[in-house]
Amino acid sequence: MLTFTLRRLLLAIPTLLVISLVIFLLVDLAPGSPMAEIPLTVPPDVRQKMIEALGADQPVFVRYFLWLRQFFWVEPASLIDGWFGTTLAEGEQRILSWQSRSPVFTIIGQRLPQTLTVIGTAYLVGILIAVPIGIYSAYRQYSWFDQAGTLFAMIGFSVPTFFSGTLLIIVFAVWLGWFPTKYDTQLVVNDWASFVKQIKQMAMPVMTLGLANAAAISRYMRSSMLDNMGMDYVRTARAKGMSERTVVLKHVLRNSLIPVVTVIALGIPAIFGGAIITENLFGVNGIGAALIGAIHANDLPMVQTLAFIFAVLIVLFNLIADILYGLLDPRIRYD
Amino acid sequence: MKLRAALMGAVAVLGIAPAAFAERGTDGEVKLTFPQAVSIMNPYLSGGTKDIYASSMVLEPLAGLDPNGVLIPKLVTEIPTLENGGISEDRTSITWKLLPDLKWSDGTPVTADDAVFTWQYCTHPEGGCSQATKYEGVASVEAVDPQTIKVTFNGPKANPYTAFVSALSPILQKKQFEACLGAAAPTCTDANNMPIGTGPFKVTGFTVNDTVTLAANENYRDPAKPAFATAVIKGGGDAEGSARAVMETGEFDYAWNTQIPPDTQASMLAAGKGQFVVAFGTLVERLETNTTDPDPALPEGERSTAKHPHPILSDIRVRTALSKAIDRSILVEVGYGAGGKPTCNVIPGPEGWASDNDGCIAQDMEGAKALLDEAGWKDSDGDGVRDKDGKKLKLLYQTTVNPIRQDFQALIKDWWTELGVEVELKAIDPGVFFGGDPGSPDTFQKFYADIEMYANNSESPDPESYLGQYQCKNAPTPETQWQGENINRFCNPEYDALYATMATTTDLAARQEIAKKLNDMVTKDSMIVIPLVHRGTLSAHSNTLGGVQINAWDSEMWNVADWFRVK
Repeated sequence: MLTFTLRRLLLAIPTLLVISLVIFLLVDLAPGSPMAEIPLTVPPDVRQKMIEALGADQPVFVRYFLWLRQFFWVEPASLIDGWFGTTLAEGEQRILSWQSRSPVFTIIGQRLPQTLTVIGTAYLVGILIAVPIGIYSAYRQYSWFDQAGTLFAMIGFSVPTFFSGTLLIIVFAVWLGWFPTKYDTQLVVNDWASFVKQIKQMAMPVMTLGLANAAAISRYMRSSMLDNMGMDYVRTARAKGMSERTVVLKHVLRNSLIPVVTVIALGIPAIFGGAIITENLFGVNGIGAALIGAIHANDLPMVQTLAFIFAVLIVLFNLIADILYGLLDPRIRYD
Repeated sequence: MKLRAALMGAVAVLGIAPAAFAERGTDGEVKLTFPQAVSIMNPYLSGGTKDIYASSMVLEPLAGLDPNGVLIPKLVTEIPTLENGGISEDRTSITWKLLPDLKWSDGTPVTADDAVFTWQYCTHPEGGCSQATKYEGVASVEAVDPQTIKVTFNGPKANPYTAFVSALSPILQKKQFEACLGAAAPTCTDANNMPIGTGPFKVTGFTVNDTVTLAANENYRDPAKPAFATAVIKGGGDAEGSARAVMETGEFDYAWNTQIPPDTQASMLAAGKGQFVVAFGTLVERLETNTTDPDPALPEGERSTAKHPHPILSDIRVRTALSKAIDRSILVEVGYGAGGKPTCNVIPGPEGWASDNDGCIAQDMEGAKALLDEAGWKDSDGDGVRDKDGKKLKLLYQTTVNPIRQDFQALIKDWWTELGVEVELKAIDPGVFFGGDPGSPDTFQKFYADIEMYANNSESPDPESYLGQYQCKNAPTPETQWQGENINRFCNPEYDALYATMATTTDLAARQEIAKKLNDMVTKDSMIVIPLVHRGTLSAHSNTLGGVQINAWDSEMWNVADWFRVK
């Protein structure tokens, strides 16, 4: 297992380097300019000066290698500086966003908390809803509950979040006035009142995303349960006179969870990636909103860094899912 | 005696009441929301309107503009003029006098050195300052004494109110930005995000592209202002969401740029929590006609250049017919509601500068058809499309991806189809269209189409620099890397000559006359530009927020110090 992990980790290095180059070239070759959002009243010569000041007029490979150096040396060094008060990265240029001239990692640091709380909670809520639905739907296949669960999953799959989110806003914010429509990222939770406020402002984005997440996971759960229900070991368990409860929740569920856990693990990088539409709709301003804002503004350093971090997370969680699979199912051995 | 005492009492109460009303920081928090979040609080490094407006609550220029486009002193005792001797007789210099005892929010005095530094900061060749045009023609800025700033120009300047005027050109604190000159400018993250200013508020927290938190500046020059103790600018989402947060849920007090469809405006107004305010500047949604041939069959480098005049649009009768077929009132009704007016001018305001040209407002489909007949475009094969010498009257009409613009495209296509013109529509991502990348075929400068639609405006009430874009030399060509503002490749020596006289004319009335003539030359005389809608900026404020006076010539937050809570 250890050699397998090590081999996979080493293989990830060239993979990630190629990914980083591909992302860089894709973003760079995409049409558009970092000056696109500047009003037309700014004349062309001034625009040219601004592009030069950003360093955006340098040849693409110069910029790529500069970015590699900044990402793998300057940024970790400045992180260590921040922790231990050293001066490793002194005088070095950190990765700066073209749009805001702030260090990209500072922006990510500001945005990660709300993305993880909101999107992470939504994922958790989604799992908590989906697993019981999946179990019971499979156990009582084609019952009215199963039909309702299927309908729920269909709705969750097919209704886009910009629609379900707006619907929630109109019902719960405009008509009922229960929840705010704009997420306050500056809210500090330090007492009961602020905690209630936090719950209130999280309610709508979490509901929107939770529905979408639950739909997908409940289908996986259901089909995995169905696969196992007809297995011989289930019949054996029943023949031994075990209660239905033990058969379903101990024998079937445990075995059915193996593929579902993999699916859940593979979905975790998406939490870090944020949810572009939902974040924008509710003003959560997390990583997803940062990414789409940067794409609109042709903010190459920001897009490149974010996309690359996602790539790292995806590679990492693929590996974690594989290892988990081996741990959960002793039949699978990688050595 | 009793009566007298009672009267005295009444007078005393009256005297106290306004004073108690106007006290700094008594009205709690004012909450603003911008559909585009604030990226940076230094307008010299941004140029984005969102950033300029947000920073105007903190950083101030020497003088600003009021909603009528009239100059008002901000950090100075008075507006320098020829009469009060502030502008030299030969118009080569202007001298500003700072208010006495003016302080930065950190308590240190504001001096003329700060203005000199600001000029050096923005004119540094490696700084990439987005407001460099504000300092164009400035030979030097000197501190005559700590209170006196003298700006000297390279030659006589008809409009000397450019440097240090309006939210585009505020004064930076020398102490804070000293280490940020030139190439170092973008690296000063703290200074750029939390600048020290003289405005009614100071920055207390900044998260990039998300939230700015502000607090009343205790060193603000008027001890009674601002009425609010704190302010928040929350960014992100879209125009509709921002408008909803003010008009329907009442979570916010002010939403900037709530450009939403007229029917949505009406339903939000019905909620009764706030109102829309609109300011008309010079923003005009227009059709630009291409006077050169964009035919893809032409070799690259000759396409859309003056080498090949446009086979269809070179004829003024065709351009006029296209304009006559459009019903601008319907466009306004569909796209903008209260936020727009039909117009035939590229300079629609302010009053005095706008030509009285309204001949295009009424739709005249028959007149348009007659004009095309006269020009020889007739439908000879009966397929509904006019042709001439075997060539179809077919136009490619492009604009950016935007719901209102796509509505406009559809409406105009209908009218032109009725006219017998075949129209192909194209919508381009705004980032590409306005991006100016010389490698892309889809930029508005390259203009690989027959007609294109977008909006443009003059940033100051005096439109001199704006009108300069239609000079022959400003046409984008492959030699200029497709940069240039004369999108139509319009070339009229008369226009250029008249424009040249504008720079040397100092009399206001004469300048206005020239501006009107120049406006007419590109619109009704030549129909090179087909103006459609004079667009206002639409914002929303809650009924509990008082003192809002929307302004098209300066920041919308120009008088944020006077805002208060309606009780």
